[in-house]
Amino acid sequence: MDYSQFLAMQQEIGLLVVFLLVFLYDTFMPKRALGATAAVTCGLFALLTLGGFAMCVLDTTADAFSGMYQTSPIIVTIKNILNVGTLIVLIQSCQWANNDFTSVRRGEFYELLLVTLFGMYLMISARHFLLFVIGLECASLPLAAMVAFDKNHYESHEAAVKYILTAVFSSAVFMMGLSLVYALTGSLYFHDIYLTLTEQYPVMLCVALAFVMAGMGFKLSLVPFHLWTADVYQGAPTSVTSYLSVISKGSAAFAFLVILAQAFGTFYAGVWEWMLYGLIILTITVGNLFAIRQKNMKRFLAFSSISQAGYIMLGIIAMNATGTASLMYYILVYIFSNLAAFGVIQAIENKSGYVDMDDYKGLYKTNPRLAVVMMLAMFSLAGIPPFAGFFSKFFIFTGAIEQGSIEIYILVLIALINTIVSLYYYLLVVKAMFISPDECKIAPFASAATERLGLWICVAGIIALGIVSVFYNSLLKISEASYLLPLN
Amino acid sequence: MFSNILIYFVVIPLVMLGLLAICRDVKQIRAVAVTGSSALIGLSIWVLCEYLRLRAGGNTDEMLFMGSWSWFTPLNINLAVGVDGISIAMLLLSSIIVFAGSFASWKIEMPKEFFLWLILLSTGVFGFFISIDMFTMFMFYEVALIPMYLLIGVWGSGNKEYSAMKLTLMLMGGSAFLMLGLIGIYYHSAPEGQPLTWNLLEIAQNDSISKGWQYFLFPMTFVGFGVLGAMFPFHTWSPDGHASAPTAVSMLHAGVLMKLGGYGCFRVAMYLMPTAANDLAWIFLILTGISVVYGAFSACVQTDLKYINAYSSVSHCGLVLFAILMINTTAMTGAIMQMLSHGLMTALFFALIGMIYGRTHTRDIRLMGGLMKIMPFLAVCYVIAGMASLGLPGLSGFVAEMTIFVGSFEHADFFHRAFTIVACCSIVITAVYILRVVGKLLFGPVYDEHHLTLTDATWWERLSTVTLIVCVAAIGCFPNFFANLIRFTFDPAFFRALGM
Repeated sequence: MDYSQFLAMQQEIGLLVVFLLVFLYDTFMPKRALGATAAVTCGLFALLTLGGFAMCVLDTTADAFSGMYQTSPIIVTIKNILNVGTLIVLIQSCQWANNDFTSVRRGEFYELLLVTLFGMYLMISARHFLLFVIGLECASLPLAAMVAFDKNHYESHEAAVKYILTAVFSSAVFMMGLSLVYALTGSLYFHDIYLTLTEQYPVMLCVALAFVMAGMGFKLSLVPFHLWTADVYQGAPTSVTSYLSVISKGSAAFAFLVILAQAFGTFYAGVWEWMLYGLIILTITVGNLFAIRQKNMKRFLAFSSISQAGYIMLGIIAMNATGTASLMYYILVYIFSNLAAFGVIQAIENKSGYVDMDDYKGLYKTNPRLAVVMMLAMFSLAGIPPFAGFFSKFFIFTGAIEQGSIEIYILVLIALINTIVSLYYYLLVVKAMFISPDECKIAPFASAATERLGLWICVAGIIALGIVSVFYNSLLKISEASYLLPLN
Repeated sequence: MFSNILIYFVVIPLVMLGLLAICRDVKQIRAVAVTGSSALIGLSIWVLCEYLRLRAGGNTDEMLFMGSWSWFTPLNINLAVGVDGISIAMLLLSSIIVFAGSFASWKIEMPKEFFLWLILLSTGVFGFFISIDMFTMFMFYEVALIPMYLLIGVWGSGNKEYSAMKLTLMLMGGSAFLMLGLIGIYYHSAPEGQPLTWNLLEIAQNDSISKGWQYFLFPMTFVGFGVLGAMFPFHTWSPDGHASAPTAVSMLHAGVLMKLGGYGCFRVAMYLMPTAANDLAWIFLILTGISVVYGAFSACVQTDLKYINAYSSVSHCGLVLFAILMINTTAMTGAIMQMLSHGLMTALFFALIGMIYGRTHTRDIRLMGGLMKIMPFLAVCYVIAGMASLGLPGLSGFVAEMTIFVGSFEHADFFHRAFTIVACCSIVITAVYILRVVGKLLFGPVYDEHHLTLTDATWWERLSTVTLIVCVAAIGCFPNFFANLIRFTFDPAFFRALGM
């Protein structure tokens, strides 16, 4: 075996090194030094993130293990995007990780988190379903432990059980689909599947595709596979929820694109296009309608993130370079907007324990800065210019419409009408904070320095990512240059 | 980039936003607001003079002061600016109303936040009028919409939460259709093989949107902008929104924002898709005809001053779209004149209503009377505004409506003439509701004795109203100046495409 091919996996190796260092630090350092675990992890991870950006300038196209693993500039980029998000999550979670209940186990939290990220890396880079499944499991199972991290809370346990059962079940469904694909094609390489499957598709292939899509649908919490989402988001510690809602979702969305385009690219028209079409309409609409009625902020953001996943899928159904770039851009913007919202929720929860929308009434009077950040996050999620969310929504619609068929116009119209519904519930939060005359439940407080740092990064992202065009332009350039989509 | 003077219409509000953010007390805030809005008036007058000078020098370009800076290069999105006479008229209108609005909100609570949102709104408005790139235009359009939610929700009165939400959702609903329409136009903006473009002038020149797509995209864009232009049956946000909004916001919204709708209908929907505009105009003519008459009748039965004026706005803005759909030079000139005229006089109305409400704490005309004795200055201004609204010669309303109806009657067929006659009836109905209010509110015995202690207008209120009255009278007295400013810029190619 040629060991040099491990060198293709620079980002994975870097992540493992960070993981090992954190592990060693947590295990062998004297107890008084353990207070710095959070800072050490953030620092190491920041270095890894910077290293990932440094790799962008190189031509990184390579594959390893006879094509099971592949990396290219676009893959490096999506991993970088995930890294940025994870870094923000790490910074925001410092305060929570250092509190009295969590601090005994904070080492485990960081280790589990890094392992799940490693799994996501593999999912993105895999070009063989075996490696993909390893990545999928690696990304799902430790997350269940993270969801159960608040040992003292009953909801946390409940959420963990729900999460692990769903994760295992969805893996089973996914692998059922894979076995059917293997039966049809005799290979698990994406490229072999792509070449073997011809235009005449058997019914079995549709069944296999349905299983694969259902499996990924669970992971992405697409409707009708979304039922676990709200409970898990509500029960999990907020740091874990924010990680689950942006990083886990973002990586799964990109991996989904890779599978559909590279393995099943020949069956776009007429087969999975229509499956995805239905899923998108259901996801956006149901997610939105349920979000309207939510009172708990975390449940509310759970349903909002379901509908956001529907918008992300528009980038997949587009099946063109603009769509791919818009999908990555959407994930990037969504990371910043959603983490800003979760950052505020977390800061308030850590200080006062309030998580209901009614508790946020009058927040502008007592904590104007947090209220403004929350408002920016809501506007960005709703797609209001000049904030980044507007640009990401506009470009994802542009990418989808580039496909050109009339049914895509109808799909985009449905999605656009849904943005109005979503605007309604995002404005409900703004209304509670700025307009509602009720008494202010949350007393004025100063949030921790790390929380503020996390929020500042998010706000900078929300404002700059859209107006400064270089981000989207370079994403589009990278996705046009890559061979992610089939050539025909 | 900064050598182009148009860009300062966006830069000045942005600088104002920055300064407002660091203001410490109300005096500084007022200073920033007044200086900034005066600078904007100065800038628009300067642009007007430069424009006239260039035109007099024989410059016949479709747009002047053009500039384009690459933004999202791969999608060919540029920050492209350029103005013709219509845009300049709109810029002038906007800057005057922002100026008057700043004075009208002299004593507002939480001034810092209020002016931040108000100036953000005007950034959107100015950006919209100078843009000739559809993406930039749409972005500024939405920037202008969202501050309304907080401006009405926080500083409004009455059923403000409901109105704010209704207004925002309906307008954003319109812009959802609009966004689809604009993206659709983009993908048909150039013949096969040529680079696609967002630039309005290039799209019009390429003229490559097929008839079938025009039939699909025209209603999308026209309805999208039409919602903001208060087109029946999408006008219902307007009465509630205007009635609940604080004074300056009502002024800006009825005065300027509703013009965004008419301007967009003309500049995007009609200009880029003339075939569909010609073929489908009748559908929208019926709708706008309804809003003209229906708005006027509704105003007759209202008792809240702001509701009366809001329904009157529906009627008058309906007339703008009505005239645009007539597709001839005279009627379209009238439409632009009506935008100016309605913008100024409705802003004047809302300013006066705000001032009266600030004193009497009621807007119900049944609970007021004889105000002419108590606050003669405001009352006289109200009469002038009313006269402008019902079309008294010498004021702006007469000029605009006259031009519109003459232009509409140029069509020889029964359909257009019948609708012109129907729309003409609105003038009579307007007289009914205006004179009813004037008689009930201003003349007759004093209804409430507590009102006798009230004072007349303060200096900032006088400044705000007088500015607007002077402009209303200026349009009424020198209509030719404005008509020429506008008429010169109608693109001959546009009418050729319509077969005229």
